[in-house]
Amino acid sequence: MITIEFLGPIAQEDITIEANSLQDVADFLQKDPKLSPWLDSLAIAINDKLTDSLDAPLNDGDRVSLLPPVCGG
Amino acid sequence: MMLEIIDGPLSPKEILAQWYDEEYEANYGAFIPFVGIVREEDGIEALSFDIYEPILKNWFDSWQEKARQRGAKLRMAHSKGDVRVHESSYIAAVLSPQRRAALELIDAFVEDFKANAPIWKYDVIQGERIYAKKRSTPMNGAGLLAKKD
Repeated sequence: MITIEFLGPIAQEDITIEANSLQDVADFLQKDPKLSPWLDSLAIAINDKLTDSLDAPLNDGDRVSLLPPVCGG
Repeated sequence: MMLEIIDGPLSPKEILAQWYDEEYEANYGAFIPFVGIVREEDGIEALSFDIYEPILKNWFDSWQEKARQRGAKLRMAHSKGDVRVHESSYIAAVLSPQRRAALELIDAFVEDFKANAPIWKYDVIQGERIYAKKRSTPMNGAGLLAKKD
């Protein structure tokens, strides 16, 4: 099981799912009408490290963080 | 600590004085601070900020390494929670032996901060906290999960 964590303005509690790669997470979130509109603007981190590959493997206990568009300052 | 996260507004007078006191004998020839002040516009009472600190720290550390390679050093303070209009929410500074490196670094650092530091901004209007979506920028690499097989 892995945990999906929604940061900043996305009003969504953590979700725990079975996933072996980020592609599995993408497939899961694309089916959710509340979350799918966010997907094209989210950056992704696995265990607090940003990633740019859908093939990134996931292991039991991993935490996938979703980061919506930012504006500091 | 080179990266400081503070609840509520920053005190530029205290922070800049502290940084100056801590650095002025370190033989940097240039000290360039940037102070962000919340502007009154569109009827806002305040801005409010969420920060994801683990990734902010990684982002800051990678910039500190870039600065170190030029003999320079970065410092930064940012608010979390509410900051009222005309108060300060963000202070960054570069210290460098050389003027040119300092000017280039503060420009590149503040620009990348706006685009890639994991901080989310909300307008506070009549007590309601509204995500500043139009002013926000997707981080580098965003959109990964929208891709199909």
